[in-house]
Amino acid sequence: MSDMTHQADNSGEDCGQKKVRCKSLVVDGGKYRTLLTKKYENRRKWEKPNPKQIYTYIPGTVREIFVSSGDRVKAGDKMLILEAMKMYNTIEVPADGIVKKVHVSSNDRLPKGHLIVEFE
Amino acid sequence: MPLNRKIEELKKRREVVQMGGGEKAIEKQQALGKMTARERILALLDADSFTEYDLFAEHEARDFNMDKQVLHGDGVVIGTGTMSGSPICIFAQDFTVAGGSLGLMHARKITKIMDHALKMRVPLIGINDSGGARIQEGVNSLAGYGEIFFRNTLSSGVIPQISVILGPCAGGAVYSPALTDFVFVVDNISKMFITGPEVIKTVLGEEISMEDLGGARVHSEITGNAHFFAETEAECFDQIKKLISMIPRSNDSQAKRIEPKNPKPEIDIEHVVPGDPKQPYDIRDVVKGIVDDSEFLEVQELWAQNIVIGFGRINGLPCGFVCNQPLVLAGVLDVDSSDKAARFIRYCDAFNMPIITLVDLPGYLPGVDQEHAGVIRHGAKMLYAYSEATVPKLTVILRKAYGGGYIAMGSRHLRSDFVFAWPGAEIAVMGPEGAANIIFRKEIMASEDPEATRKEKVAEYKEKFANPYVAASKGYVDSVIEPSETRKMLMHGIDVAINKSVSGPRKKHGIPPF
Repeated sequence: MSDMTHQADNSGEDCGQKKVRCKSLVVDGGKYRTLLTKKYENRRKWEKPNPKQIYTYIPGTVREIFVSSGDRVKAGDKMLILEAMKMYNTIEVPADGIVKKVHVSSNDRLPKGHLIVEFE
Repeated sequence: MPLNRKIEELKKRREVVQMGGGEKAIEKQQALGKMTARERILALLDADSFTEYDLFAEHEARDFNMDKQVLHGDGVVIGTGTMSGSPICIFAQDFTVAGGSLGLMHARKITKIMDHALKMRVPLIGINDSGGARIQEGVNSLAGYGEIFFRNTLSSGVIPQISVILGPCAGGAVYSPALTDFVFVVDNISKMFITGPEVIKTVLGEEISMEDLGGARVHSEITGNAHFFAETEAECFDQIKKLISMIPRSNDSQAKRIEPKNPKPEIDIEHVVPGDPKQPYDIRDVVKGIVDDSEFLEVQELWAQNIVIGFGRINGLPCGFVCNQPLVLAGVLDVDSSDKAARFIRYCDAFNMPIITLVDLPGYLPGVDQEHAGVIRHGAKMLYAYSEATVPKLTVILRKAYGGGYIAMGSRHLRSDFVFAWPGAEIAVMGPEGAANIIFRKEIMASEDPEATRKEKVAEYKEKFANPYVAASKGYVDSVIEPSETRKMLMHGIDVAINKSVSGPRKKHGIPPF
């Protein structure tokens, strides 16, 4: 439990006989004094995905780019090729539109969730 | 050649092979704070009990100059012995021989001892310390892993399988430990991952150390892949001995009952639990106030700490405990804690160990991350595991038991044999605040002082429904007991239920929400 003492801050109160700092957690309207875990405190806040922004869905390397800013493109057009897990994956344009900006260039090594193309 | 000369020759041959990869390799191993494969086996087993097999095994690889390489014992030591007098099958990979790499003969030795363990119905302990597949042996080493995984699965639920990670265990090799019941790791020594730091760097450009990627702490705190964490190999071996003393030899037998001992008198469970259900406490103090000699062997102590699982004895008989932990995340159920408890329940059920459930939870953890991580599927594992279990199931509701959490935590409805509740138990469809907000919404909204009315209504709900007597009046709770009666009731309940016999509909197997 030693880790527990680190993660709580001074705004907490003592938790019972154990000299550790507590925070509170609300479940169904009830507010409970308790310790929080690292995983809980570091959880990512959910944001509504923006359909105008395209992110990598797998880590990989950009092999070829078929679009540039200002291009008017159609759903299903080839956008770029991302090599990942020894496979050339074609990423297609999801919907008709105009390319606002291409955020990557050929041979870029990208992690998962990296912004690649933005549409207007 | 007279026999005594031949005996001399045998001794010499043994000596050579027992040196494994030779002095230099052994020194290297020791410099890392690691014992050798044979030292580990000897440290774990009763003195003079180890019998080794296939000491003179040799590989048959021919490609890549392998025909000129001598690999003593082919990098693994196998044998039988005893622990506290009980027989055990064991293998230990020898990192000093070709990095403990797994070739066909190496795998054959492991599968030989696995077959023995299953046939003789004795526990299997595997000590993993290997660089992975022996690349020179190609698809044969893959075949070796596959044969091991198959046997792990076959033996699952029949004999206890224990994996001890005392070195690297990478790539496909980690799937054998993952298929076994308990994984032991040691700080700075154990390393487990599917793809190592090198590959991650090449593919992603991310630099991470082996320790940060798959060290003992990572698997004990973050992934939940490990069940026991130790600072040193010696401490790890003590933990294994303790575990072995608590569990039965196979699914044909009961765990060994020993002379009962009372819990330590200084633990007063009545005063451990605060009356206010919103105040935390350490549930382990309650467990220690119930079990023999206050001795509790916690499993997965550092992962999903909002639920506590482990073994303790009641009246001398080892039992499995599943308990909400109000000290961490208010004791809620979530993805990880459901996963952790469900698997443990299935372990206890497979090995004839009574399950004791201590309940004090406000419900499930709210949040988008939980919903998107599949808390529905993971939470369902708890329902499945409890419903399926046919061992004696005893439940004690200490304080809160709200909503779905009440059902999931070994309720009568999932066929617990005995459900006890303390007088302060609040068994209700949800917490008083939430319930009052819904039931009395109109009154609260119409009130001149909504906050005052809300408080009044919450108190009203609490008074009428947040108690054990509504559930007791319907037979969902068998008995409302004083905290000080808990141990006595559990002892009695286990005595009554120990020969329990139930059978469900005929089936090949169910489809649990894996």
